[in-house]
Amino acid sequence: MLHIVACIKQVPDTKIIKMNPKTNTMDRRTAPAILNPYDAHAVEEAVRLKERYGGIVSVVTMGPPPAVNAIKTCIEIGADEGYLITDRRFAGADTLATSYAVTKAIEKIAKTRPVDLIICGKMSIDGDTGQVGPGIARRLDIPPLTSVNKVEEINQEEGYAIVHRKLEDGYEVVKSSLPCLFSVEKTINEVPYSPLPNMIKAARYKPHIWSVDDLEGVDIKQLGLKGSPTIVSKVWAPQKPAGGTFFEGSPREQVEQLLSVVLEKRELFEVKGEK
Amino acid sequence: MDFQDYQGVWVFIEKKDEAVASVSLELLGAGRKLADKRGVELAGILIGENVKHLTKTVFEYGADKVYVYDQPIFKHYRTESFMRALLDCTEKYKPEIILFGATSTGKDLASAVATDMPTGLTADTTELDVEEETGLLLASRPAFGGNIMATILCKKYRPQMATVRSKVMKALPPQPGRTGNIVEETISLKEEDIRTKVLEIVRETVKKVRIDEADIIVAGGKGLGSFEGFQLIHQLAETVGGAVGASRDVVEAGWIEHAHQVGQTGVTVTPKIYFAIGISGAIQHIVGMKNSGLIIAINKDKEAPIFQNCHYGIVGDAFEIVPILIEQFKNALSKEKVR
Ligand SMILES: Cc1cc2nc3c(=O)[nH]c(=O)nc-3n(C[C@H](O)[C@H](O)[C@H](O)COP(=O)(O)OP(=O)(O)OC[C@H]3O[C@@H](n4cnc5c(N)ncnc54)[C@H](O)[C@@H]3O)c2cc1C
Ligand SMILES: Nc1ncnc2c1ncn2[C@@H]1O[C@H](COP(=O)(O)O)[C@@H](O)[C@H]1O
Repeated sequence: MLHIVACIKQVPDTKIIKMNPKTNTMDRRTAPAILNPYDAHAVEEAVRLKERYGGIVSVVTMGPPPAVNAIKTCIEIGADEGYLITDRRFAGADTLATSYAVTKAIEKIAKTRPVDLIICGKMSIDGDTGQVGPGIARRLDIPPLTSVNKVEEINQEEGYAIVHRKLEDGYEVVKSSLPCLFSVEKTINEVPYSPLPNMIKAARYKPHIWSVDDLEGVDIKQLGLKGSPTIVSKVWAPQKPAGGTFFEGSPREQVEQLLSVVLEKRELFEVKGEK
Repeated sequence: MDFQDYQGVWVFIEKKDEAVASVSLELLGAGRKLADKRGVELAGILIGENVKHLTKTVFEYGADKVYVYDQPIFKHYRTESFMRALLDCTEKYKPEIILFGATSTGKDLASAVATDMPTGLTADTTELDVEEETGLLLASRPAFGGNIMATILCKKYRPQMATVRSKVMKALPPQPGRTGNIVEETISLKEEDIRTKVLEIVRETVKKVRIDEADIIVAGGKGLGSFEGFQLIHQLAETVGGAVGASRDVVEAGWIEHAHQVGQTGVTVTPKIYFAIGISGAIQHIVGMKNSGLIIAINKDKEAPIFQNCHYGIVGDAFEIVPILIEQFKNALSKEKVR
């Protein structure tokens, strides 16, 4: 029986988010919250491993109360249990403080059922760092394996996992002791439409919800904004270059002018033309 | 923590095909500027097996010193072994700043090391500066929230760490014969102490698309409307002999694979000519292409931010403009050949 924990995050859907034309910033209120797309692959992989070897999949997230919906999406994919840690004291966490809080939650989950494997997404589409996964692994003192795009074998008796890690020009096959942590690529699997029974289960599912006080041995100073070494000091619009020159005239005339500019770099095309 | 103890700028030297990876050379260039501003040393940290000969390159590209860990245990990159060396070296020599390439290895190593130290780590930086007086690293990156950049600081911890995108910093011209100080280090780490093993490395023979090496890139965005519409981009690329690039929205829509994505979460490119067609010009896209030689934008919206980031622009419908462009190009190029 494997116990796999997938770490997930709820994020604003950047594809649907609308721009505020005046300020040129994203209007977050227009963005529906979704399960971080990379994390859907993490949960899917956990579910597939469960089907292959038998076991239980738990998902854990730190976030505001509506993150319950992201957990429900994971139940639809096939996760068994969901844990939300939510508390004002978690707010403003950078990757270091996030990995600390999530680790505390995983330690508590492991009290009831030891954890064999942790799976994270490659990155979150809003935080966009890919740092939280390795951070959790270090805090739990287990090997982090990033860029995983295939799980070849999990051998619980002998306590090892064999995976493929994506490299720029291929992949490497790595064997690691268990427990360990994977950060998975999107290419590791495809997330199919959820079967109806899972949807029904998800609709009724009530995740475990914990505050800071429900966790054990927490050093408050390491949480949230206070526990975050990095701070955003200023946000600024990048200096705009003077901007492009617009061509004038009919489309055909404009293209002609463009062509004369581009053909100044004629050597680029001649080399190609000779081949 | 006494900040006075922490001095110098370090660059983690990554290896690629038995040579120093280009991103590390770029970081030596960027690191040199920071070190000079602070009046401190620039050091490389080099970990591997049979890597000592690479120090020559590291000096030629601007380092004053290289810390070298050359032991069989470092034959393959593994988080745990490399992390031990780096933690060890940092503890001993206390740098003020450490820079890593934002490659999969650089990110993997930096994330692990930052957690253990612990210290702050800024991801995917595209601009770097340092406060001359305090040594505070100003690491900036495009931020979620739209067309904005955020400067990220780590005020209370040392060393300060950042991963930096490749192709955004500039390597210095190498100075042949320039040398420096080699500090050889070893750590006592046994194979049994490492919980992972690389069993096999498989190089895929199929040549992957490498748009970062192209001289000409024709990139298309969501404005092409559909997979079918996007074929226009392929046609123009073929005509001009260029590679095809794309915005993230195009990749997410499944019109082309991720290897073609330009930008923050894709590839950074610096071609001689970059066509941006039906691309709005979000900051995450711009950071990936703004250093191109000649940027040409075609967009039907006159207000699109891409026009602020290009050299020449045509306001118009891609489906009208691009076919004319292809036609005229073909004419021009065939005339060339006749002559
Ligand atoms: C964390 C994060 C990372 C990101 N990383 C990247 C990245 O690496 N790369 C990237 O590209 N984006 C990235 N993005 C997304 C980015 O913010 C934009 O959403 C994206 O670049 C927009 O793609 P687009 O320009 O193709 O589409 P849109 O913004 O929809 O723009 C389409 C443009 O086409 C024009 N148009 C429409 N029809 C026509 C026509 N017939 N002819 C001519 N023009 C037409 C429109 O006027 C419009 O300007 C990232 C976002 C986040 C939050
Ligand atoms: N708040 C969070 N709660 C649980 N897991 C998270 C959280 N933030 C990030 N993660 C995990 O860490 C991965 C990398 O996120 P990031 O470092 O933000 O890019 C994500 O794909 C998740 O698996």
